[in-house]
Formats: sequence, structure tokens, C-alpha cells
Amino acid sequence: MNMKQYIFSLIAMLFFSNSGFASSSTEPEVGIEAISINLSDVKSLQRGARNFFNYCAGCHSLQYMRYEQIAEDLNISEEQLLDNLIFTDKTPQDLVTTNMLKEDGDRWFGKAPPDLTLVTRRKNPDYVYQFLTSFYIDNTSPTGVNNLIQDGTSMPHILWLLEEQMTAEDYNRFILDTVTFLEYVGEPVQQKRKSLGVWVISFLVLFLVFSYALYKDIWREVK
Amino acid sequence: MSKQEESLFTNPILKWVDDRFPLSSLIKDHATEYYASKNFNIWYVFGVLSMVVLVIMLMTGFFLTMNYKPSAEDAFNSVEYIMRSVEWGWLIRYMHSTGSSFFFIVVYLHMLRGMLYGSYKKPRELIWIVGMLLYFCLMAEAFFGYLLPWGNMSYWAGQVIVNLFSYIPVIGETLTEWIRGDYFMSDITLNRFFAFHVIFLPLAILGLVVAHILALHHVGSNNPDGIEIKDYKDASGKPIDGVAFHPFHTSKDLVAIIVFLILYFAAVFYAPEMGGLFLEVDNFEPADPLKTPEHIVPSWYFTPYYAILRAIPNAALGAVFLVAAVLLFVFLPWLDRCSVKSIRYRGWQYKVALFSFVVSFVVLGYLGMQPATGIYVLLARIFTIIYFAFFLLMPFYTKLEKTKPVPHRVVYKK
Amino acid sequence: MSKVGRRKFLSIATSVTSVIGGAFAVTPFILSFQPSKKAKALGASIKVDLSNLEPGSIIKVLYRGTPFYVVHRSDDMITQLKTINSDLRDPDSELSIQPNFAKNELRSMNPKYLVVEGVCTHLGCAPIEKFSIAPADMGPDWRGGFYCPCHGSKFDLSGRVFSGVPAPSNLRVPAYRFENESILVVGENPEELNV
Repeated sequence: MNMKQYIFSLIAMLFFSNSGFASSSTEPEVGIEAISINLSDVKSLQRGARNFFNYCAGCHSLQYMRYEQIAEDLNISEEQLLDNLIFTDKTPQDLVTTNMLKEDGDRWFGKAPPDLTLVTRRKNPDYVYQFLTSFYIDNTSPTGVNNLIQDGTSMPHILWLLEEQMTAEDYNRFILDTVTFLEYVGEPVQQKRKSLGVWVISFLVLFLVFSYALYKDIWREVK
Repeated sequence: MSKQEESLFTNPILKWVDDRFPLSSLIKDHATEYYASKNFNIWYVFGVLSMVVLVIMLMTGFFLTMNYKPSAEDAFNSVEYIMRSVEWGWLIRYMHSTGSSFFFIVVYLHMLRGMLYGSYKKPRELIWIVGMLLYFCLMAEAFFGYLLPWGNMSYWAGQVIVNLFSYIPVIGETLTEWIRGDYFMSDITLNRFFAFHVIFLPLAILGLVVAHILALHHVGSNNPDGIEIKDYKDASGKPIDGVAFHPFHTSKDLVAIIVFLILYFAAVFYAPEMGGLFLEVDNFEPADPLKTPEHIVPSWYFTPYYAILRAIPNAALGAVFLVAAVLLFVFLPWLDRCSVKSIRYRGWQYKVALFSFVVSFVVLGYLGMQPATGIYVLLARIFTIIYFAFFLLMPFYTKLEKTKPVPHRVVYKK
Repeated sequence: MSKVGRRKFLSIATSVTSVIGGAFAVTPFILSFQPSKKAKALGASIKVDLSNLEPGSIIKVLYRGTPFYVVHRSDDMITQLKTINSDLRDPDSELSIQPNFAKNELRSMNPKYLVVEGVCTHLGCAPIEKFSIAPADMGPDWRGGFYCPCHGSKFDLSGRVFSGVPAPSNLRVPAYRFENESILVVGENPEELNV
């Protein structure tokens, strides 16, 4: 391999290797096990949405999402939306905000519950999953619990009753569905962009075939 | 138009234009009768690819500006608005963020071509200088652009870089305040950086690109053998080893452009974050002056210089070294004392030196992304020395080169 | 294929593909000009609660930036309406804009409620409601309706324009439907499913 080819392959390797070159990347950190999210599993997304609105939406907003977009993307009718996901006087066109004021949240919990629209982009989904499955009892903490992943967390273990009543498998499934839903919320257009990419690249390959043939034809006469 | 010159057109409307505007002569001088060597290899596509990326950035940037709000309060929200609410906004945004990284990939390879084939040597020094000015403008443009989403990394990267100016003796603090327009990185700073990013720098870049190409066409392109093809013309005055830019190089460049677009759109559609390299995770939360990210890292294309900055124990001196590291490129035409242009015919000294330089640039780039602790510090210092040695020792090792004889005709394999 | 033929074919194939590619590339940009989801959400049809609207009263709402008037017409008002056809420029609403269900004397789906755009068809001012019979400022023949303060145009209790005033046509009636007895939805046609 000559030098140019070597440099090229080096650059290509750097470019295509998705393994955390940046110190903070979307790869799982050390100690966080990887989970697999399936964004095309609509049922999982629907369960995750139900979970979120029943247990999380009281404190956590999804301030960049509109209810109607969730309904559209997750194949939920407006009636089902109003019955199962909207418990306030909001309309489907509204953004998913909470009524908790930031000052109140800071006062009650020490730190207001953050908005979760981008949480899986900021921290990868594995982290969120691990966080939700790593609460343990800690009598020295004001909430009575602590978390292995985020020590000293202000979040109470809202789901403690579920974790107690459900089997480990069911509880993990519950969390996985919820995290899948959050991953969708982080970038609702994710599935669409991947499927569109196929068409774009295919078209460009076709274009390449023609333009390469034309180039070869034009350069035929060059000695 | 002079009476002797033939119009290219039979169409009466175009002939009317030709009488009033040098359309035919422009097309002839810069395309159909501009002769460039027939033996261009892959290193020669990156110029036109830079232009393609520039057009993509201008177009996507323009459309982003229609929906983006340049205020500290609204900026972050407006980016999410573009991603979710504006029809196809997500695509325009991803094209712009991905394009920014691809711009640097292409420009760095373009610069490397110049260093491989001596494209900066006489009579092309001015092309190189204008190119370096373009590089500076591009870095400024990327820096200002990165701040606009006003995510947490935007804020802190801006904080660090603007604070560099405070190291300038005597005027440093005042200058930094003047740049910010405020006592801290604020809404005022964001708004003026927006103006730089959207108006001033794009215009400067466009002007410099025109100058860059005019200077190039005035002397003619170089080639992988470093031969001046204009020295060997045929009976009709055409360089023997040259082919007309259009249709030969245009058809070849089209293939390169499409291959590039495949790679580019693969990134846009399948890896817009590129593992945190193109879209940093810290920027998915809004700017928070109270919360510094664990590792403040500039975008990957700045990390070599960032590594150099941190390698020097003294902060002010580090800033000097950073500036020097960028500026040294400008002097290459005069640092390089070898009379042979192309690496194909140069001595082993330059081959080793250039290889070491490229390796140190890449390694420094990697080191710039890591925390400045432990072995990384030592490595950064070693490779900084190699980086500077490449330039500063060049007048000496290039004089020692035993060059191979340069052929009269370019080497062309079909 | 001959040399020239091949060149021609390839040139045309490449050119056509690039034009198609160009069209694909430009399309998202052009489409991005459309109203965003936020604009559509803000411009979504609005619901008006009529349960507290007394006969003879008016509610004014903003829909897509335009004022709309909802009037609960009393039986008296409806009786008065039928007496004035000769003074109207377009009593049968031939020239004005309204949904089909409003092309009648009362210009409404439900005789009790008038729903009109509060925009004078002359130059766009918001007409003022004048519901009393023969008040001093409107003269002895006034049977109730709307008066535009800008240039003096007058409309009856169905939003129909009087003759001899600057406004050329009746007040526009928007698409609307009744979700039930007391909820009016402005901006949606009766046939539209609420999905």
C-alpha cells in the first residue's frame, strides 16, 4: 500500500469508527451496560408513552413535543390520546409541559425536575435505563433513596411500588419501553430519516453510474 | 467585447449579452480553453469539493436563518423548533452541521495536496496565501457558527476561546470585553457573532474564493509531477500535457462530487451526530453559566491546535504557540528551499518530515479531545515539538535533499 | 452504439439525472416555507363555549389572527331581520363568501347563532355591534346589526350589507360546526372528522 492509500485508509478509519473519539459521546460509559432499543416497535413506544404520561409527566415536561405528533407517529387516535395520555386541560396541539414552576421544583426537590425531551441525546439511552433501574434504599437521603448511577440524586423513586409489585423482568420491560419512548421523543424524525437515506444514496449511486461512464467516454481520447 | 474574439454562441440573445458582458471570454478563459494537466489524481478533487460544500453551507445556512432566533433566550428553542416543527427543518439542520465537519475534512485534504505537490511554490505563493486567509475565515466562521445553538458546549467553548484574548498584555482585558460587548458571554455576544457568521464572513469567503481561483487561473494549475505544463506547448499554443477544463476536468470532477455526496449524505442520514464528533452531546442542553461540562472540547477540526495550546505549561505562551501553529502554514513557500515541487521527485528528508507532520497533526487532534492529564500531556508536548520542527527546521532539511530528475512530460497512466 | 451516439446518450442520461437530482434537492427547501407545525397548532380551529351566551349578546374570538363574532340572536332579533330585505345590497348572499349552509336569510346553520368574520368588507376595520332598535345614533329605521366606525358601512343581524354604504358585500361567514348544543368549533367544516 503506498503512502497515499495509507493516509486515505487512516482517514476513512477515523471517519467511520463511531467509537467515542470525543470524550463525551453517545456510547455507553464504562460500567453502563448497553441496552438495545427498537424504535420500530410501535407497541413498545405506545406502552412507553402510557408509562411516561402516567408516572413521569406530573413532574417532567417534554417541552419540545406536541401531543398530536406523538399521536401521529405512534398510531394513536385523538380519542385514545385524550383518554390515555392527556390528563390536564391541554389540547392535542399543545406542547407537553408541566404545571410545576421551576422555583417550586427547586424548593421541593433541591433541583427542579428537568425537561426530558433531549435526555437520551444528552446522555445515551443506556444511561437513562440504568438510572431508572438503580435506585436503592438510603436512610441518609431526604428522599429515602439514592441511585447507583447518579449519586445524591434529588429524584425520589417514583416507581418503587411498581418495582416491588412487578417481577424484575416486567419492571425492566416497563423501563425499556419508557426509555424507548424517550429515545423517540429525543428525535421523532429518526426512523424517517433512516428510511429516506436509502432512497437518497440509491439515487446517487445511479447518478454515479451515468457520470462515471460519461467521464470514461470523454477521457477515452486522452493519451 | 473585442471584435476579433468569436462569440461562443449562435443564439441571438446570448450574442446580445456577449456584446455587453464578457460571457464568452469568461467561459473560454476559465473552462473550455483553460488547460490543466491530464494527470490529476484524487488529491486534485478537494478544491472543487470545497466549493460544493460552500454552496451547501450557504444554502442551508440561509434557510436556517429564516427560522433561527439569535437571542440567548430563544436560540436553543429555535433550533429544536427547526428540528421538529419546520417542515424538513431537521434535514436542513443536519446538512448544515454535517457540512461544517465535511468542509474541514475537504479543506485539510486540499491543503495536504498543496504540501504533497509543492502547489505553494513559485509562482503560486499568492494562491497559497489567499488560501490561508480562507482557512482563517473558515475557522472563524465555524467558531461563530458553533456558538449559535447556545447549547452548553457552545457557551463554554465561546467562554474559553474569547478569554484567550485576555492574555494579550496591556490591552487584553479591554479587548476581551470589547469583543463580547458585555462583561460575560451574553445575549449581546451571541447576536453579534450571529452577524459575523451570516453576513461578514460568508461575503469575505466568497470574495476570497474568487481571488483564489483568479490567482490560480492566472498562472495555471500545478500537477502531481510538479511540472509547469505551459513550458511545453504544441503548434497551436496549447500545453501538450494539458486538457481543457471543460469537458475533461468537469466530467471527472462530477464523479468525485457524486462520490463525495454519497459519503456526505450517508453521514447526514445515518450518523448526523457521528458519535459526538459532529454534534456534541453537551450541546443538547441549553447554555448554563453555572454548569461547566466535564470536558470542554472544541470541535474536532480545532483539536490539534487545542492540544498545542494545552501542551505549553504557561497559558499566555500557549496562546502564542496556538497562533504560531496556524500562521506557520503561510510561510511554507519561503521555508521550503527545495527547487523541486512534487514529493515524487524530492529527497527522503521531506517525505519523512511531511509524514511525521501529518501523523503529529492527527495525533494532536486526538489528544486535543482527551483530558490534559497523565501520559496525554507528555505525548502532546512531544508531538507539538514535531509539529513545529516540521516548519522551523524546513529551511535546513529541504536544502539537503537529493532530488530525482524531474521529467519534461507528466506521468499519465490511463 | 456509435461513438457519437454513446456520448450523446451518456450526456443526456447524466444531465437528466442531475436535473432530477436537483429537483429532489431543492424540494425540501421549498417545502420548508410552509407553515410549521407550531403555526398550524396555533392556527388550529378554536372551540367556543356558548352555554353562557345570553340571547342578544355577542362573543368575540380571534382565529388565525382575525376577529370572529358569535351572536346569540333572540327571537325578536330574528323577527326584525325578515323586515328589511329591500334596504340590502345583496339579501340572498349571491356575491358574498359563506359556506353553503349559510346561503340563506339568516346566514347560519342554526338560526339562534350568527357566526361571522368581524372584518368590514370595505377596508377591514372591525364593525361595532349595535343591537338596540332605533337608537339615537343609528336613526329610527335601525333594526339592529353592525356599524363600521371607519367609513360608516352598516350590516344587519345576519351580517348582510346595506345599500348605499362603502362596503361592497356581506360579512364573511367562516367554516364552522357544532360539536354539540353548546360547543361551536370555528375553522372546521361540518363534514370534517375530528381526528
